Amino acid sequence: MEQVIINGAILSANYALIALGITLIFGIMNVLNFAHGQLFMIGGLVVYWISAVVGLPYGVGVAAATLSVGLIGMAMERGLFARVMAEAGREENAMLLAVGTAFLLENAALYLFGEKQRGIPPMVQGVYRLGAAFLPANRLVVFLISVALVIAVLVFVHFTRTGRAMRALAQDRTATTLMGVDAGRISMLGFGLGAALAGIAGALLISVTGVNAGVGAAISTKAFIMIMIGGAGVIGGALLGALALGFAEAVGYALFPGSVTYLIIFVALIVFLLVRPQGIMGRPWG
Amino acid sequence: MARHLAAASAPELARAFDSRRGAFALLLLALLLYGLVPAVFAGRAYWLNVMTNAALLSFASLGVWVTFAIGRVNIGQGAFALIGGYTTALLATVLHWPFWLCLPVSAVVAGGVGFLIGWPLLRLRGIYFAMVTLSLTEATRLFFLNTIRDNGGGVLNIPRPPELATPLAFYLFAATLLLLGCAGVWRLANSRIGWVFRSMRENEELAMSIGIDITRYRILAFVICSAMGGVTGGCFALLQQNIYPATYTIADSINFLLYCFLGGLEFVLGPIVGAFGLVLTFELLRSIQEFQALLYGVLMIVVMLFLPNGLLSLGAVLRRGRGGGR
Repeated sequence: MEQVIINGAILSANYALIALGITLIFGIMNVLNFAHGQLFMIGGLVVYWISAVVGLPYGVGVAAATLSVGLIGMAMERGLFARVMAEAGREENAMLLAVGTAFLLENAALYLFGEKQRGIPPMVQGVYRLGAAFLPANRLVVFLISVALVIAVLVFVHFTRTGRAMRALAQDRTATTLMGVDAGRISMLGFGLGAALAGIAGALLISVTGVNAGVGAAISTKAFIMIMIGGAGVIGGALLGALALGFAEAVGYALFPGSVTYLIIFVALIVFLLVRPQGIMGRPWG
Repeated sequence: MARHLAAASAPELARAFDSRRGAFALLLLALLLYGLVPAVFAGRAYWLNVMTNAALLSFASLGVWVTFAIGRVNIGQGAFALIGGYTTALLATVLHWPFWLCLPVSAVVAGGVGFLIGWPLLRLRGIYFAMVTLSLTEATRLFFLNTIRDNGGGVLNIPRPPELATPLAFYLFAATLLLLGCAGVWRLANSRIGWVFRSMRENEELAMSIGIDITRYRILAFVICSAMGGVTGGCFALLQQNIYPATYTIADSINFLLYCFLGGLEFVLGPIVGAFGLVLTFELLRSIQEFQALLYGVLMIVVMLFLPNGLLSLGAVLRRGRGGGR
């Protein structure tokens, strides 16, 4: 029981980074980022490359992963999404462009890093005991960093000028532009921040579960489940979704064999969406 | 009064023109599928197999195109291909039914599941519908993985009827299926139902306010799509003589979308052009194996950036360019 709670909390904290990132991008750009899992994967593989191949410390790897994935996100916004959304006739176009980008990133990663499962040794050794449950020190560190980052992002979005501009943009693009906000710049920063969060999540998780070039689609699917539960484009909803999915997974893995957990999660999700199509906190058809 | 009449007859004229152009396009497609392809690839089993693949993928994508027509992004076609494939596979191996009976049953089963699931799911729109159908693909894969115990969830050694033993025979069967599907969808798109679909894509509330039973029509579109997915799954199960839970994943569901989009969502021929285009490109790029998938991705993004309305809009773009419009 304690073990399930600990596992659920650790998973939730990690998933919260992923859900926050995809929510920021969806809120600001109104694009469902299909490439989010691929950004996560690239974050993990950059850390692997820096710390296991080049041999620099893990912290440098995480910084490099955050920076490079953030830059990839900004480039995606500038080079692809801003252009297509300016003249697309149908809203499906941006979604399919994201799919194309996901495909490209995955293949680029396959070409650069190969298809092997990559992992790095834990940052800190040792295991704590809490009652009947085991808590590896490395997972505790990952958990604490994740929680700190989530809080930092919430503070940034709520209390800084740029963060307020992002929230305003998510509410009403035209009005925000009229208030003198440089919508193009804020969109680029928002996309970059969302992408960087996916990159950090990958960089942290590679020391726990490892990452391979094909993991993107599964991570994107999890991100979608979380924002369906919480409500698309709502930051509080993303966090609730992360909590729900993290604990559902922890409970499921403790009770059922392998892939039954996700079958149950999907069925439950579909039933949930019948009752509440816009998620817990979403606006209808947001 | 005269102006009023002219205004009323303009759509009629356009439709007559469209139907003549449509018939011409279908004839051209038939000539290509029945004449050119067998003539060029006769005796080359590998290429006939590639063309069979492309024809079957086009058929499934035509179904996805129908859900695009009502304004829904459907990432669930892989689920219905899987359902149809397993229906054919199990009926043929366990009950020893002949294929020609299995195939229609696959369509009915997939369509039926589409009906039951579509009724609640179609209340969702936009990205919610896209995400939930994506989940459906994964859920269906996990369902078969956990219900069929042998061979890792696979069904093997599906018998092929003697009529479809040669690659050419199978190709001609797939081509016929595609032509029938294309003619059917084209007829649908140009009928009253097609206009109802378009009105729902533009604005569901408005469509409802003029007395259209949108629930019925969107289920109709989804059932057509699912049944076409089921037929495709059944044919592929027979072509490969096996089926596994991983035969159709989220990536396959997404590919069906991409075929539609690449060809152009405004055109019934869009999914066919997209599927044949991408499948052939994939085969041709095989010679530069190492960069193949990478180039494929770049190609896709380039088309989306410069031809956002699909390959078939190239003509219109060129015409506009020549007219000095841009």
